[in-house]
Amino acid sequence: MLALVLLLVPALTGCVAAAVPWRRWVGWLCTASLGFVLVTGVVLAVEVVHRPALSEFSGVLRVDALSAFMVIVIGAIGLLAVCQSVRYLEHEISSGHSSARRATLYAVLVQGFITAMLLAVVAGNVGVMWVAVEATTIITTFLVGFRRTRGALEASWKYVIICSVGIALAFLGTVLVYLAALHAGQGDASLQWTSLMSAAHHLDPGVMRLALALLVLGYGTKVGLAPMHSWLPDAHSQAPAPVSALMSGVLLTVAFYVLLRFKAIADGALGVGFSRTLFVTAGLLSLVVAASLLLSQRDYKRMLAYHSVEHMGLIALGAAAGTSLAIAAVLLHVLGHGLAKAVLFLASGEILLVEGTTEIDQVRALLARRPALGGVFAFGLVALLGLPPFSLFISELNMLRAEVHVGLGWVAAISLVLMAVIFGSVMSHGRHMLFGARPEGETVQKSPSIVTIPLIGALVGCGALGVLAWPLNSLLHAAAMVVVQ
Amino acid sequence: MNSATYSSFLEIAAGLVILCAFVTLWRRSLLAIVRALAVQGMALGVVALMLGLHRHDVVLVVVGGLVVVAKGLVIPTLVKRVLANEPRSRETSPLVNVPASLVGAGALTFLAYGATRPVVALVATSAGRLVPLGLATMLIGFFSMVVRRKAASQIVGLLLVDNGIALVAFLATAGVPLLVELGASLDVLLVVVVLRVLAVQLWSKFAVLDLDQLQGLHD
Repeated sequence: MLALVLLLVPALTGCVAAAVPWRRWVGWLCTASLGFVLVTGVVLAVEVVHRPALSEFSGVLRVDALSAFMVIVIGAIGLLAVCQSVRYLEHEISSGHSSARRATLYAVLVQGFITAMLLAVVAGNVGVMWVAVEATTIITTFLVGFRRTRGALEASWKYVIICSVGIALAFLGTVLVYLAALHAGQGDASLQWTSLMSAAHHLDPGVMRLALALLVLGYGTKVGLAPMHSWLPDAHSQAPAPVSALMSGVLLTVAFYVLLRFKAIADGALGVGFSRTLFVTAGLLSLVVAASLLLSQRDYKRMLAYHSVEHMGLIALGAAAGTSLAIAAVLLHVLGHGLAKAVLFLASGEILLVEGTTEIDQVRALLARRPALGGVFAFGLVALLGLPPFSLFISELNMLRAEVHVGLGWVAAISLVLMAVIFGSVMSHGRHMLFGARPEGETVQKSPSIVTIPLIGALVGCGALGVLAWPLNSLLHAAAMVVVQ
Repeated sequence: MNSATYSSFLEIAAGLVILCAFVTLWRRSLLAIVRALAVQGMALGVVALMLGLHRHDVVLVVVGGLVVVAKGLVIPTLVKRVLANEPRSRETSPLVNVPASLVGAGALTFLAYGATRPVVALVATSAGRLVPLGLATMLIGFFSMVVRRKAASQIVGLLLVDNGIALVAFLATAGVPLLVELGASLDVLLVVVVLRVLAVQLWSKFAVLDLDQLQGLHD
């Protein structure tokens, strides 16, 4: 029942938001629904961490430790983004960019978006996972184009075209997996993830190779892995800040979650070598793309978007290593990156709102002029660059260790060099925006606490995860064991 | 229906699917391209109907009927509405000219035969032998999305990709389970609606028809 309730609460909240005109309390109701998702995620995690998976509707919905972990990720980052949406919408309405009707549309779409992502992670059937991931594309297209400027419409056009192609490839890959399972005698259960896992050794290797290549290319498009990443910087820079936070923080990793599930099946059929080659190629390519385009970046939202390409590349490399240590680190990185990136996108939304520009050059001396906002942005960057005490430090370190351990030392070395390049360029962009003296006659500006307190909370959480591993350790381990043989 | 007629009808229908893909590259009038798309959708539905009748699979027959309606009638009508915005509905300047495109499509068909060898070997039925045609249609769809510059042509390319994949799914597995099939078809329909809305907004607010005009976002 719990998995169904988990899906129904945001879906019904969306219906309520659709039925009544936009008011501030509707925004808080939406926030409450995300709070419920987070709490349910924790309850589910406690339920399944040491026990077998929950299965509902003859396996259509299935929650194991990995699903529960992803529900927590969606809940935590969703909570942050949806609570900031209230301020975003009120500002859009008061400045005349938007109307109450558009705000209603926004609230409904965001709840639908959350529901679709939750469905993707609690689906026990790979076909349903596909439908859910495709649904996120359709819903978020309108969110990306929400501001209806020329740039926003251009970004949504690219987004829907490229991601539809990608997701079509993923569908073909899913069909081929289904074909292999039919021929391995799985009958009606051929799309159930559990039966695919148990039959993995009997799946036809030739067909599975083709299928996995299509799946990595297809879902990789939604993850933002190079060479199919080109929609990502446009969509993330044009979408409203809370939507960018949701897309970058969770949508990318939900698609990656689906890839992890397929990788586990393919590894059973083909051994780890083939998937390792694919993931290493995609991961290194993404790092190269991110490093080269970050160097000369002039727009801070695009800078954050390319930074997501980098982090998706890193988790692809971690997944390529594929040991339980590596997968646990990948999952911790998913949560840490999601929190830090959401904080940065939300802070950058606030910077855009008060400074009126997305150009790095036009933003100066944030720390002196707006200490709270600048501080949040600075600590967010520190977290995202993988410095201690934040959890990204631990997870990056563990992923690199795992890569060396399985004989991918050269991959770890190349990625370290590229990470150093990215570190340098992001530091220099950040320094431009943050440091400097306050201009004469300008007073120190306060930022509203409704913005700063949740963001500081998320940063503290991200730091705490880096220092104290205990709240998540057993869950991460159990989740990793789901996809590691 | 005996098995010889069944397999020759199946071959004709599947052949029609890929023939229409070639027609979309050959013709420049967008209206003619959309018509080819409609014929392709119908042929795809017929493939599903034939398979359903042959296997006495009622669900597949129903799906085939739905495909004829959705991909043969509804979706082409929606795409045609996008064309209503365009005063001169011709693909005037594709990046690759027509003869070269057709040669390219031929090469992609060979590639599809090579790539699907493991699938054909596994299925080993008269339907399975036609699987490469589906993959070839998909690849031609990609190709046309890359070389064509009109908003409507890109939608057509996307639909070619989708029809090609649907053909592979029908021929190789006699269709995925109904729940997934319906989800997938509904998604395609919605994507077309979304693209139509975007195309209308781009046209009405910014007079954009060619994708070359969409160069605002870059590094």
